Amino acid sequence: MAGIATHVQNILRLVVKELRSIRADPVMLILVAYTFSIAVYTVATSVKLEARDLTIGIVDEDRSELSRTLLGAFGPPLFKISRQIGASEIDSEMNSGRLVFVLEIPPNFQADLLAGRQTSVQLNIDATAMTQAGNGAVYIQQIIAQEIANRKAGRETVTSLPINLVVRARFNPNLDSGWFSSVMQILNNITLLTIVLTGAALIREREQGTVEHLLVMPVTPIEIMLAKIVANALVILLAAVASLVVVVEWALGVPIAGSLLLFVLGSAIYAFTVAALGILLGTLATTMGQFGLLAIPVFVVTQLLSGATTPMESMPTWLQWTMRTLSPTPHFVTFSQGVLYRGAGLDVVWPEIAKIITIGAAYFGFALARFRKVIFA
Amino acid sequence: MTEAGPAARLMRVTHRYGKVTALDDLTIDLPAGRMIGVIGPDGVGKSTLLALIAGVRAIQQGSVHALGGDLAVTAEREARRGRIAYMPQGLGRNLYPTLSVFENIDFHARLFGQGGAERRSRIDELLRATGLDPFESRPAAKLSGGMKQKLSLCCALIHDPDLLVLDEPTTGVDPLSRGQFWDLIDTIRARRPGMSVVVATAYMEEAERFDWLVAMDDGRAIATGTPAELREQAGQPTLDAAFVALLPEAKRAQHREVELRPRVTSDDATPAIEAEGLTRRFGDFVAVDHVSFRIGRGEIFGFLGSNGCGKSTTMKMLTGLLPASEGTAKLFGQPLAADDMETRRNVGYMSQAFSLYTELTVRQNLVLHAELYHLPPAEIPGRIAELLARFDLEGVAGERPDSLPLGIRQRLQLAVAVLHRPAMLILDEPTSGVDPIARDAFWRTLIDLSRDDGVTIFLSTHFMNEAERCDRISFMHAGKVLAVGTPQELVRSRGAGTLEEAFIAYLKEAAGIADSSDVPAAPPAAAARPLPPARRFDPRRLWACTRRETMELLRDPIRLSFAFLGPLLLMLAFGFGISFDVENLKFATFDQDKSMESRQLVEAFSSSRYFDERPPIASADELDRRLRSGELQLAIEIPPSFGRDLMSGRVPELSVWLDGAMPFRAETTRGYVTGLATQYAQGFAAGHAASSHAPEPVTIETRFRYNQDFKSANAMVPSVIMLMLIVIPAIMSAIGVVREKETGSIANFRSTPISRFEFLFGKQLPYIGVAMGSFLMLVVIALTVFAVPIKGSAWTLLLATLLYVSATTGFGQLISSFTRTQVSAVFATAILSIIPAVNFSGLMVPVASLSGGGRLIGTSLPPAWYQPVSVGVFTKGLGAAELWPNLLVLAGFFLLFLVVAQLGLRKQEA
Repeated sequence: MAGIATHVQNILRLVVKELRSIRADPVMLILVAYTFSIAVYTVATSVKLEARDLTIGIVDEDRSELSRTLLGAFGPPLFKISRQIGASEIDSEMNSGRLVFVLEIPPNFQADLLAGRQTSVQLNIDATAMTQAGNGAVYIQQIIAQEIANRKAGRETVTSLPINLVVRARFNPNLDSGWFSSVMQILNNITLLTIVLTGAALIREREQGTVEHLLVMPVTPIEIMLAKIVANALVILLAAVASLVVVVEWALGVPIAGSLLLFVLGSAIYAFTVAALGILLGTLATTMGQFGLLAIPVFVVTQLLSGATTPMESMPTWLQWTMRTLSPTPHFVTFSQGVLYRGAGLDVVWPEIAKIITIGAAYFGFALARFRKVIFA
Repeated sequence: MTEAGPAARLMRVTHRYGKVTALDDLTIDLPAGRMIGVIGPDGVGKSTLLALIAGVRAIQQGSVHALGGDLAVTAEREARRGRIAYMPQGLGRNLYPTLSVFENIDFHARLFGQGGAERRSRIDELLRATGLDPFESRPAAKLSGGMKQKLSLCCALIHDPDLLVLDEPTTGVDPLSRGQFWDLIDTIRARRPGMSVVVATAYMEEAERFDWLVAMDDGRAIATGTPAELREQAGQPTLDAAFVALLPEAKRAQHREVELRPRVTSDDATPAIEAEGLTRRFGDFVAVDHVSFRIGRGEIFGFLGSNGCGKSTTMKMLTGLLPASEGTAKLFGQPLAADDMETRRNVGYMSQAFSLYTELTVRQNLVLHAELYHLPPAEIPGRIAELLARFDLEGVAGERPDSLPLGIRQRLQLAVAVLHRPAMLILDEPTSGVDPIARDAFWRTLIDLSRDDGVTIFLSTHFMNEAERCDRISFMHAGKVLAVGTPQELVRSRGAGTLEEAFIAYLKEAAGIADSSDVPAAPPAAAARPLPPARRFDPRRLWACTRRETMELLRDPIRLSFAFLGPLLLMLAFGFGISFDVENLKFATFDQDKSMESRQLVEAFSSSRYFDERPPIASADELDRRLRSGELQLAIEIPPSFGRDLMSGRVPELSVWLDGAMPFRAETTRGYVTGLATQYAQGFAAGHAASSHAPEPVTIETRFRYNQDFKSANAMVPSVIMLMLIVIPAIMSAIGVVREKETGSIANFRSTPISRFEFLFGKQLPYIGVAMGSFLMLVVIALTVFAVPIKGSAWTLLLATLLYVSATTGFGQLISSFTRTQVSAVFATAILSIIPAVNFSGLMVPVASLSGGGRLIGTSLPPAWYQPVSVGVFTKGLGAAELWPNLLVLAGFFLLFLVVAQLGLRKQEA
């Protein structure tokens, strides 16, 4: 009687039960829908990590034709706000964070320039705006140099560089950060929602005593656990794929370079892995209150230190190593970037999949050991 | 003294839950100064009636007066809160499990604004009267069911109510404790004769001792009067029988007497259950102490004992749920193994607490179990229809169990237990909370199963008339079996008149209770106390809430340590981990020239600290593949005649390919590449060509303000503090209110004079305290580990943080008051706080650069207003003069959340 077929049957029945439980909580479903639609869209369209939508103020003490030209050079899309301010406003505008850059053009700027006298402008940069300060300053310097060069172009020949440098960005030619953040937001959602849903499903069974009832029936702990993992991962996976196709590809117009099927496969493996992590956390906490306090920090760390927010290479080596060993997320991020942006095939991304499986197996083993322990305690 | 007139008066009251009508045009007067019993089957509206009288449920239709006040009028209702006490259904539902006996009562006393000396004397008096005084410091979770109910009663009586409303207070309580409970009520009534008591009960023998009864059926009162009057009216000798006789014809027809039939002895001599020296220890505590017994096939075997005597533990060991510490158990001659699926198929188990899925309907629960027991699919619909009919569940097949009364849920559990036709049933208090008629129906089923199908039934019960129906019973106390035998044998052995007397005699002997000390001496009557004027705001009530929440938090070391350790670990991880410094970029060269010039160019890249050289690329295909795999972040392609062209001034093209998958990194890389290439070209030009470059006519002086060395930590650490102080405090406080909704202690909020503001703000204060504590720790880490100095006004930062965490904990409470389950509260808080705090609050991108929805979401939540303060004070050296608008906004959020949370939290249940 016993055998693989029985196990599979039991798991399927329990999966149906889990799916019904998920359906029974409308608040949860609305939140899942929200995170995979509105949240993804909003993050993709309003958060620009590349130098864009910069804010600059210009203190024009020259009031010459050249200074006015410079003023006009700071326009969209690179600049969201560019306005003239008085010298006395510099501090308050920068202190409040309303302006990240302030350019001061000294008196007699144009006259000095035309007379060939050495002159200078001052660019104040709010160095607490980490994502904008560095790249933005480079752009602003280029713009100023360009404008001055244009100005002089009529009067003397400009010596050009002896090299023609052509820099092209592959996979995202315009370096639109929406392409990046929309997909990364989906990955983050998969992590967060799967951990919370799965762990909460376990805590709920434990708090309501239903797991006790399951255990007197002819089902094994591993079936119960697998059913939870499968059901919750499945729901999140469906939502993620729908979000990728509808929100990212259709609404945001981000091209998907690689195979959607390969991405689904990798995501399924990843979702099972984090679902096992959710179970593991659910066995470490005894109440929902404890679970929340445990799961959220775990999620925030895996998210922010996965390469989905800031470059993995910028982290200290020991931290990179730690994250790549303990967390499946960096591998999933690498995998997804490869498949979705670079069109990489299985031949390229299989090492990442293998690593996710390895870490997932470890999570699963731990979770199962803990699961048996706590439900029989 | 009470007013003349009834204790409560209901006029044409109708109450519905969805399609189900709980009360149907009910008009009734409950006389004052009496002990009034409300009797009737499950789901006839007893609980609803009591909740309406106690003012904890909102009236839908009709009018309800209690103690002369119209409960539909808020002011009148609130004025009477101090004179009504309410004890909800369920064992210890309104208690706080981690609080001690004393602390539980003390909390209630504080809710009624009693002073320290008064509290102490009242609590002492109540503890003495209930016999709980030796257990004053024991946590409520560790009390037996009977003791929990006594404690609940103490909590209800702390303010000398004029009207005491008790919803099935003795359900699930053993007979000894039950007797003590009612003696206690009598004692208190003797002391306060004016007090009216309204009790719902399922025990008819208890109803006998009440002054006046209301028999209910289908949301209506079918008879009222003294027990004698009811018996007379029905012409029946017992109240049980009288009640059945009073039912409408159709229902009465369903009822049949339970008929005991002799047991058919089985040919198989192997006992169904054989336990030898079964022992279970939990730490030092011995829950079951060398218990041995045998149960024959087809036998109905009853377990009787006080609450917490080890009955449930023994049953769990027999189902394989709990491993035995010592001893053996055999089922049908087979030793019990934890993973034996065949044994499990042979056993049907029903746990004491409801353990079916509340999110599945009745029918879905049955189907799930039928499938898991692998009933043939063709048989399932028929079997389920049969069970729905047999357990009278047809009307509720599509309902979810949490909306059903206790008794109906128990019937469902039994239906599930027998569904797969097991050879043995292990039933832990299966009839607890089930009304007499349903209980009889239930017993007829059990007897049929035992006598017709030879099913062995092992059950525990608190009902003596059920014990009498068992073939054999066993008395248990403190983990030991006191006696085993047929009911008649046990009665005879003690020379008692009834089984109950025999049982109590055994228990008293085992517990060492002398008869004389049984009923505590009536305490002296308390001096009549003038009712305190109702106050809209009372700091003592607020403090009571704060105190209790703090104690609960302190007794949950896991939660407390996460609250402090979580932010610390996150801070360390982020301070080191989040950095926008782009370095160690992996690059490789596709050098088709291999001239001195090309090597110099590559040298320029590999010597930069930003770049990390990888093995060179040999072909265009390889370039593509290595970029595609993510191994390289940039590839440099040098054309074949690069060196020659350069020397001869033909301006060769230098192609650089970037991995654009991560735009921020690519953009920064582009900046580096442009800089390096320009430098190289200029260097080349300076060295070789005659076309000398004039110095740039305009120099651009860049001034990195606030953070001269452009260190990520200086910006990130203050921003991470912003993130930590919303995520952790909000998650903590989000549990606060909704947990009480789930456990049932929200009843205390509904039935006492505490206001919504006092309750919410009182509960919020401890979390504000914890958040401030973790803030101080974060600041210490910022100063020491990350060497990020506070350049501005520390006091401004402290004040802003106080306002910020008040707002963020308020945010958690706001979600908590609108959600129904802890799961959705945690989920909602996590999603609604993390996404905006990470993306729309200045951590990644200045809020001023955000547009559209992101900016709207960001500015409608506190983090976007706190981040400028944190960064401003730490790194920009600002103070209140610059930051006061942010402080005002943060204060505004705090007030807004507090007000809106009050709207989500209702003083009365709908």
